[in-house]
Amino acid sequence: MNQHRFHIDVIGKTKIWFAISGIMILIGVIAMLVNGFNWGIDFTGGTIMEFKIGKSFDTKDIIKILNEYKVKDYQIQKIGTKGDHVSIKTSPISNETRLSIIKDIEKKYNLTENDLIMSQQVGPSLGAEIKFGMILALLVASAVMLTYLGFRFNFEMSLAAVVGLLHNVIILISIYAIFKITVDSPFIAALLTVFSYSLHDTIVIFDRIRDNLKSMRRSDYAEIANVSINQTLTRSINVVLTVLIMLVLMYFLGPKALKDFALPLLIGITWGAYSSIFISTPLWVLIKNREKRRKISNKPIKA
Amino acid sequence: MRSRGFIKFFSVIIVAAIVAYIAFFGIKAGNYSISPVQDHMRLGLDLRGGVYVLEEAQGNVTQDAINKAIAVIRNRVDALGVTQPVISQQGSNRIRVELPGMNDPDRAIEIIGKTAQLKFVGPDGQVILTGANVKDSKAVYAQTQTGIQQPEVTLVLDAEGTKKFAEATQKFLNQPIAIVLDDKVISAPTVQSVITNGNAVITGLKDFQEASELATLIRAGSLPVTLKPIAYSSVGATLGPSALNASLKAGIYGTLLVMLFMIAFYRLPGFVADLALLIYILINFIVYALFNITLDLPGIAGFLLSIGMAVDTNILIFERFKEELWAGKSIRPALDAGFAKAFRAVFDANITTIIGAIILFYLGSGNVKGFALTLLIGVTSSLFTAITVTRFLLHALLDMDLTKNIKLYGA
Repeated sequence: MNQHRFHIDVIGKTKIWFAISGIMILIGVIAMLVNGFNWGIDFTGGTIMEFKIGKSFDTKDIIKILNEYKVKDYQIQKIGTKGDHVSIKTSPISNETRLSIIKDIEKKYNLTENDLIMSQQVGPSLGAEIKFGMILALLVASAVMLTYLGFRFNFEMSLAAVVGLLHNVIILISIYAIFKITVDSPFIAALLTVFSYSLHDTIVIFDRIRDNLKSMRRSDYAEIANVSINQTLTRSINVVLTVLIMLVLMYFLGPKALKDFALPLLIGITWGAYSSIFISTPLWVLIKNREKRRKISNKPIKA
Repeated sequence: MRSRGFIKFFSVIIVAAIVAYIAFFGIKAGNYSISPVQDHMRLGLDLRGGVYVLEEAQGNVTQDAINKAIAVIRNRVDALGVTQPVISQQGSNRIRVELPGMNDPDRAIEIIGKTAQLKFVGPDGQVILTGANVKDSKAVYAQTQTGIQQPEVTLVLDAEGTKKFAEATQKFLNQPIAIVLDDKVISAPTVQSVITNGNAVITGLKDFQEASELATLIRAGSLPVTLKPIAYSSVGATLGPSALNASLKAGIYGTLLVMLFMIAFYRLPGFVADLALLIYILINFIVYALFNITLDLPGIAGFLLSIGMAVDTNILIFERFKEELWAGKSIRPALDAGFAKAFRAVFDANITTIIGAIILFYLGSGNVKGFALTLLIGVTSSLFTAITVTRFLLHALLDMDLTKNIKLYGA
């Protein structure tokens, strides 16, 4: 008996899901080519300073100060709940320049030393090194996960799971390219976590498909996939929902450092759940059906 | 059966409550005392406020050169009176310095990075020698006339130093000569004889450790290492505590919502999973305290994420359990089947996250290691609480024979 609450025909609408993801990826790739990425100082080297101005201010005045010292690349952002803080991000500058800028800003807004609430600097060579380390971590993790998948599933399922993973990663980085969100070490750490975590749902669904292939010998692949998705839908959603509850609160209540982790995890884990159901599973059906069509022989269909 | 279940269930709760009390409030019993976990947990600079500087030694440097540079920095930092500073080597040629409570990175960089100045000063305040005159200094064990091994520091001077030192030891016989590094007296041995060959020995040291520290400082002043800051960060005193408060708020509300969700969806098993989750949080705090883990904001992010993930295991098990109930099994066999059948998926799901966290911990940059570490500790310990603790409590609950209504089991 297959008692489950949902009777959603996911496989029948495969084209719609693929179209949605295809369009998103297309927009993402265009954004990556046009916008590139907004690399953080972890990777490029540079300086970040945050001042508590304590009243409303015009960023133009700060730009004027930066121009005086011929700082070329900078980003100025009003932050804080009242918008009375300013975050200044620049390319690597010398200690003297930085000290002069700090002094000028303190003078301009009558600030004391304590109003410089945060400052951070990464040398360009160290930045390149961090970038290398994080990309290496990402590559090693991908290789290990793929090997694991290969052992865990047969070829068709591994392929479908890998495409799902790639899909999540591309969508996640696309969103960062589209909205020019800063890409820093926490982003890469989150990306790596999304990589491993979005396998959860895929594993649950594919395990069920494997069980159902044995118990539903008369059904075709599409039906088996649909039943498996519907049987596991509650847990697919709930497993992700508890994590999302935590991430939403981290994003909305937590400090910036927590937001830096929570945002990419929120996006990545949500899309990970989506792709397990709407990309990986339909893709598996597609691969299996193509395989079946190729074997026009009268051999019995084997799982 | 009923009373046994009752005892099993509440003994877990009571033990957990006692452990929680001791963990958060500490205990004193006779000579034994356990201080609260908060006292053992180190908070990162991003939570306490302070300056972090990463210095890189210039040119080809030996391990000895790095040791010397670290000794010099420690000497200076001690003079500043910073509490709980961290001065440690990173890689082959880098030194990481953390100064909690400081908020002026430029002053920190200046203090850490300036070239070491070693002077030998006579009782009249006149400089006898500088570091440039010292060729070598070692800590050794020497045998005294009575045959006891005692630690000493040897000094070898160059020709100019030998000549100046001979004059000085003659002039200041039986008087102390101060050895000063960066304006701090590191030793003031009394001249016991006139030294003309440029080979001096400092005795009267407490132990070999002290001798070796002194020798390292003297060598550091004679052949200083040039350091260059390649990264720093500074967090003001107000930002850290407010970030900690905001994180706590996010964590507490998040945990409560996750717990409510579990009860709403899974009823009795959900309630048991919530108890296991509280035990899980307790275990994580104890692990942080036992291993003196530094908790920074990325670490908190990893921990909070792991709370959301910890109940995943329970969800997978309880969903299986429901299916078995729907298939007509009675509660106890359905529960056992739920645990058995969900295990494979639970194991797979967690192992991928564990692998990811280990890779990130070893290859990731410093500011994400904390995230990888707490996530790793979290996911690993959640396997214990979500499987073993939950199963034990659920069995005890079934023994209590409270209800046969499968609706209360989430079905």
